[in-house]
Amino acid sequence: MAIDWVAIAPEIALTVTALIVLAADLALRGDAKQLVNPIATIGTLGAIGFTIYLWGDRRTTFGDSFVVNDYAVVFKLLFLGSLLAILGISWRFFAEGRYFQGEYYFLLLTAFVGMLIMPSARDLLLLFIALETVSVPAFIMAGLRKRDLYSSEAALKFFLIGVLSVAMMLFGMSMVYGFAGTTSLAGIADAIAAYPEQVPLLLGSVMLVIVGFGFKISAVPFHFWAPDTYAGSPMPVAAMLAVASKAAGFAGLIAVTFIAFEPVADVWAPVLGVLAILTMTTGNLIALQQRDLIRLLAYSSVAQAGYMLVPFGLARSGPDGMAVNDAALQAVLFYLIAYAVMNIGAFGVAVAVNRKTGMRSLADYAGLGSKSPMLALAMSAFLFSLGGAPPTVGLWAKLYILRAVAVDFTVFGVILASFLVVNSVIAFFYYLRVIRTMWMDEARAGAPVLQPGLNLSAVVMALAVGTVVLGLIPGVVATFTDIGNVLATG
Amino acid sequence: MDPNTAGWALVVALFLPLVGAAALALMPSSMDRQIRRAAVVITGAALVLVIAMAASFDYGRTDALQFETDVGWITAISARFHVGIDGISLPLFALTYLLTFLCAVYTTKHMPAPGKPKAFLGLMLMLQTGMAGTFVAFDLILFFIFWELVLVPMFFMIGMWGGPRRDYASVKFFLYTLFGSVFMLVGFLAIFFQAGGTTWSIVELSEAPPIGSTTFQTWAFLAVFLGFAIKVPMWPFHTWLPDAHTEAPTVGSVLLAGVLLKMGTYGFVRIALPILPEGALRFAPLIGILAVIGIVYGALCCLAQTDVKRLIAFSSVGHMGFVMLGIAAMNQAGIQAALFGNIAHGVITGMLFFLAGSLHERYHTREIAVIGGGMLKKIPRYGVLLTYVAIASLGLPGLAGFWGEFTAMWAAISPGLGLADSYQGLYLGLVVFAAVGTVLTAGYFLWLLQRVNLGNPPQRWAEQPLDDVMRIEWASWMPLLVLILALGIFPVLVFGVQDGAVANLMGYLGG
Repeated sequence: MAIDWVAIAPEIALTVTALIVLAADLALRGDAKQLVNPIATIGTLGAIGFTIYLWGDRRTTFGDSFVVNDYAVVFKLLFLGSLLAILGISWRFFAEGRYFQGEYYFLLLTAFVGMLIMPSARDLLLLFIALETVSVPAFIMAGLRKRDLYSSEAALKFFLIGVLSVAMMLFGMSMVYGFAGTTSLAGIADAIAAYPEQVPLLLGSVMLVIVGFGFKISAVPFHFWAPDTYAGSPMPVAAMLAVASKAAGFAGLIAVTFIAFEPVADVWAPVLGVLAILTMTTGNLIALQQRDLIRLLAYSSVAQAGYMLVPFGLARSGPDGMAVNDAALQAVLFYLIAYAVMNIGAFGVAVAVNRKTGMRSLADYAGLGSKSPMLALAMSAFLFSLGGAPPTVGLWAKLYILRAVAVDFTVFGVILASFLVVNSVIAFFYYLRVIRTMWMDEARAGAPVLQPGLNLSAVVMALAVGTVVLGLIPGVVATFTDIGNVLATG
Repeated sequence: MDPNTAGWALVVALFLPLVGAAALALMPSSMDRQIRRAAVVITGAALVLVIAMAASFDYGRTDALQFETDVGWITAISARFHVGIDGISLPLFALTYLLTFLCAVYTTKHMPAPGKPKAFLGLMLMLQTGMAGTFVAFDLILFFIFWELVLVPMFFMIGMWGGPRRDYASVKFFLYTLFGSVFMLVGFLAIFFQAGGTTWSIVELSEAPPIGSTTFQTWAFLAVFLGFAIKVPMWPFHTWLPDAHTEAPTVGSVLLAGVLLKMGTYGFVRIALPILPEGALRFAPLIGILAVIGIVYGALCCLAQTDVKRLIAFSSVGHMGFVMLGIAAMNQAGIQAALFGNIAHGVITGMLFFLAGSLHERYHTREIAVIGGGMLKKIPRYGVLLTYVAIASLGLPGLAGFWGEFTAMWAAISPGLGLADSYQGLYLGLVVFAAVGTVLTAGYFLWLLQRVNLGNPPQRWAEQPLDDVMRIEWASWMPLLVLILALGIFPVLVFGVQDGAVANLMGYLGG
């Protein structure tokens, strides 16, 4: 069986870069170690080049368990774009904090290799491997500030809950394999469809697999690790966990639900719909109470995961469900892209404020509007976008979800939409509080002057401009996400 | 300019303020005076362009879209950039540019604390694009974008330059309006898919045969109703208004009362009625009842206010009640009355808020008891202006306020579209209560005048030098003062423009 090297070129490029970074870190001394960041950036750009080359192509390899199509390419570009942005906001953060920067970049790149595999995986085992490749480096990265108790707590909590969820998922996968006799996602779908009636044990194992991904995307009630881990991890790692790792979880969830378990969509869709309601409501209500910006962003990202789960709640099985499922998938994809832009941006501003000064509470943002107007402006754009106000991309992300609801009105769909709408308003309450603090409160006396540096400013500005420009011409994103029948794997 | 081909004029007028805001942002903050003058120039240029458009507008066919631009925008969801002006849009569109220009002129002298004219005027220009765009957008998605675009600048205007309770007022304003508009968006989506999922065009959706079943129309209307009713605001959704109006800086209050509230009634007339006629018909009696409650409730609240600005804010609730009563009548005269009431209220209440702002500049308080009367002696020109505008607001015949209210009540006596058959008694009752409302309105305005204008100025003010109306104030107020009289004597100035368009609209309603 020949391996299609072109199909896996992006993954290979990133793996090679990771190894080079590891070696470079050993070879370089002192300040020169900082060079690993540009090396990683160049490698990422190479991977992006390979991925763009694959656009419009359809390739399969490894016995059909690895598929490259437009859907996978969009996800890979999303991951690689996030990686670029995260590299940008990591510049100097680790060098100044005297962390282990070589290891950090190696782990970061490795985690992203796992993410790149995720949207292409069409086999339970490959999905599992991808998920672990994302998770294991992340456990270590969360604990990189090893002299900091909070960082250790973050890593340990993340590790224990992560391992638990993976164990549950594996358990579920093993039973699914027992039913289907294959680990290929398409094969599982055929096997499940062939069952004359729905077997409770099968449905139970389906739920276990879904729960495993639920941890990854921090859906309520599997979200408890998220705020502590985000708050304790180094901030760029928190950004990675909140955006890229969550997107990877969604990629995996899409693969298992919409391909393998599509025949039993009528069972898991309501479950995920209820999870969506719980997730967004809980996330938002707790976010209202937060005084620490990172924890606020953490709970906000829990709530955002809830919005992204809404389209899953609309899914249907069988040929009648095609239109709804397509719209739902497009909504998830669109939201993920928008979410990556605005949330990495918000974390970028948090890094800019936090670096050197250590400021992180909401009160520290008072007067940012007069001290660093550009940062405050960018942050306002991100927060308005997270809330979904025009003219930002966040508005369209929500609109796409509502559109998926409106494709085929059902009572449950309308309930989901109402929760989405009410939650968007609740969310604005705390987003506006941050904005108000930045612009309308007086700065504390003696507050340090921020020097975010060129790299970080460039990333934040680019993301802020992206947030607004995509808000004016969302068609740019839509052309990528409107891939009819994205999962027709063949 | 040929109104059939000069679509560019509208696009330029629409985005000139936005470009101007960007230009202001590039000017260094130290050029305080130049920034203020630049804002006057930008809004002035936009106003001149709009006047030129109004001059070349084809008044023979006000029912047709003129200065139209219709190009693809977001093909993925078939949303288009479709703007144009007809007889219903034109007066509101022109009012937006006039009021913003006057606000810019006013700001050259009166900059609310804590300064920062660059940010303030930049936001005002952003707000202008949002407001103006709402009145000319003929695509539901585009309409929604402009509609929401207004929220952010107004939030900052209230929150940064507002009164002591600005934090509370700004967030309340934002959340309340947002809450309504997201439901409105859901309503739009429902309409879009029910109509076949191909077009967001307001014109096409209006011309189409009634969309969906009566049940669908009822639910869709409810969703859209929430968005518009909160913006108007109708009782019982009005509670954001007194806070926002009272705390906002003068310019913010003027634009809120003068233009923002009109977006709600405009939405009813432009979208809710023609696209969902059956839903509208079902809701009309309810709208009428809420409108009249608003009239009476607003007037009673005004009687209880001790703060001049808050009193004017509550008077808006009552006046917008008359506008909604006109809509509830569902006949041509009613719609005409509503649209006229919009303009009249924008001019008069905008002017009242200017006066309230200047009052605060002089007395540094707005408490009626503290001011304590005697303004006609102390600052006679100002006192006369207040009397003139207050009398216009209470609806004295011969001034602008009269026609909207009178025509609305007249129209509601014989509601259209078969409402007369089943709800004749109800509507008569509504008119009676609305008439009581006008008496109460006259009551609180006259009482206000008696308390602040008449008598002798109290000791503490008698010795202080207070400026009478300044030159810059005359400049920024004169157009409104003239309009109040002109619209009162020649209501046809607005009625005539709207006539063809409203007749066309009634066609959509089936009346």
